[in-house]
Amino acid sequence: MSDAPTNGAGRAIDQADDPQSAVVRFGMERPLLLDAGQYFAPLQVAYQTYGTLNAEKSNAILICHALTGDQHVANLHPVTGKSGWWEIMIGPGKPMDTDRFFFICANVLGACMGTSGPASTNPATGKPYGLDFPVITIGDMVKAQAMLVEHLGISRLLCVLGGSMGGMQVLDWASRFPDRVFSAMPIATGAKHSAQNIAFDEVGRQAVMADPDWRGGRYLEEGTRPEKGLAVARMGAHITYLSEQALQRKFGRHLQDREARTFSFDADFQVESYLRYQGSSFVERFDANSYLYLTRAMNYFDLAGDNGGVLANAFRNTRTRFCLISFTSDWLFPTSDSRSIVHALNAAGAPVSFVEIESDKGHDAFLLHEPALFSTVRGFLDSAARARGIA
Amino acid sequence: MSTTDTPRDLPTQSRVDLLVVADMVAPGSRVLDVGCGDGALLSLLARTKDVDARGIELSREGVAGCVARGLAVIQGDADTDLVDYPTDCFDYVILSQTLQATRNPRTVLEQMLRIGRHAIVSFPNFGHWRVRMNLLLNGRMPVTEHLPQSWYDTPNIHFCTIRDFVALLDEIPAKMDRAVALNAAGGKIGFSAPWWFWNIAGEQAVFLLRRV
Repeated sequence: MSDAPTNGAGRAIDQADDPQSAVVRFGMERPLLLDAGQYFAPLQVAYQTYGTLNAEKSNAILICHALTGDQHVANLHPVTGKSGWWEIMIGPGKPMDTDRFFFICANVLGACMGTSGPASTNPATGKPYGLDFPVITIGDMVKAQAMLVEHLGISRLLCVLGGSMGGMQVLDWASRFPDRVFSAMPIATGAKHSAQNIAFDEVGRQAVMADPDWRGGRYLEEGTRPEKGLAVARMGAHITYLSEQALQRKFGRHLQDREARTFSFDADFQVESYLRYQGSSFVERFDANSYLYLTRAMNYFDLAGDNGGVLANAFRNTRTRFCLISFTSDWLFPTSDSRSIVHALNAAGAPVSFVEIESDKGHDAFLLHEPALFSTVRGFLDSAARARGIA
Repeated sequence: MSTTDTPRDLPTQSRVDLLVVADMVAPGSRVLDVGCGDGALLSLLARTKDVDARGIELSREGVAGCVARGLAVIQGDADTDLVDYPTDCFDYVILSQTLQATRNPRTVLEQMLRIGRHAIVSFPNFGHWRVRMNLLLNGRMPVTEHLPQSWYDTPNIHFCTIRDFVALLDEIPAKMDRAVALNAAGGKIGFSAPWWFWNIAGEQAVFLLRRV
């Protein structure tokens, strides 16, 4: 709730070309064939790693981040100065144990923290891509990650895991590269976006594009920032990450630093103040065009649709071990979404486990202190490591 | 099935029934254990019979324990989730000490026989002499060592006797390949014994079934 303001480390846009992260660049000779049918090059992928890769390169685990996450999973964020978004999960002795495993997290294609995206400089023009950046998909993100994993010399990942949009990438990984994924853990996710999901995203995109400072997507060139629009997009989306219960418990109808209503449109209520803060702190670290591209990628994701309308076909003959997790109060990716994936995996004969965790914290529960989540992640990674003979 | 007091938690003798069940499973087969608890039976089968072991369990704690054991177990409900499995996708579908806790035992059995070539069912026999004595002499619903809950808080809502169960098999219909009754000490009652004797002396029964 207390997003620290920019602490002088720099704004997100400075990270787009020269991130404070490890970087791998793929030149014109190694173009990425996008689902849209065109080739993309050159490609830059920014990533962080935690732990040590063993000699056999068998203990590597890929973390896929969510829509507004990034590769800074368990280190201080270069823009906000805050700790990583999954610091409670990853570290020595933690459920994702850096003493045993080697974790990789790459900024996704289309994002703004160092992997090629609309805020990156287009080498052909010397200007930011803006809307000249091609529309990308979840599958394109995965293909870019696969190039990084290959670059690191890892032929098979012990596990690919992630929540929300990260979970979509996990599913795509398992479907696209079954032999390179020993186990997969999609958390709080779905095999497709629902009409409601698309609807919420469209409201967010329209908010960005309605901001006069968006300038038809060319705001970086013109020196403006559609902060108002992006903040509204974030405020709307943030509500969908919580639950009615969690909002009620946290804020109720409490007033913000005042004794009585002011009969104005000031942020009288704590929940208003909270959302405004979420909005304004978000624009410090995120690029508005990236928000358009990434939400679009999620909308387009439909693993069944890509496989003749039958989700099970996406996982035919897979030997990957799956463990899915959902949360009872998640209405963005409800348990039914996970269950339909489980049914498809069962139909495909895949070894699949599924846990529904009781929580009133909504979709964001996967980022929070949920002991049941921790024990399941730990148990699943342990068993995968045992099965692969990793001490 | 209840989350706190799963029927699988029945003490001591349930170990014996697990061994009897395990004995009915062919090596290397595909097995689904419905209401698999903490995965004791699946682990036993994976270890000793090299089966492809899958499970369904209602309690999250049970599923988490199974996941940590490396088992593929889905949090779900026998009454509602078996319909989602494709036909003929398992060699054996096992329902161990759970039948009496389902809302629709007949439907569950039919689903088991649809998704599996065989079904293995074990259940406590309400025709056991001790249960009969309890009701006859005390006039109270039986509460025994293995059925410790009172009538108002038991997850076991559909008790039957061995004869009731056999009668249901005719209705479904299902064919009985093997049947074993266990006495209070966990010993097998001879197969040659007549049904009425099984129904009185058997504290539990284990059936291996297949589709007709």
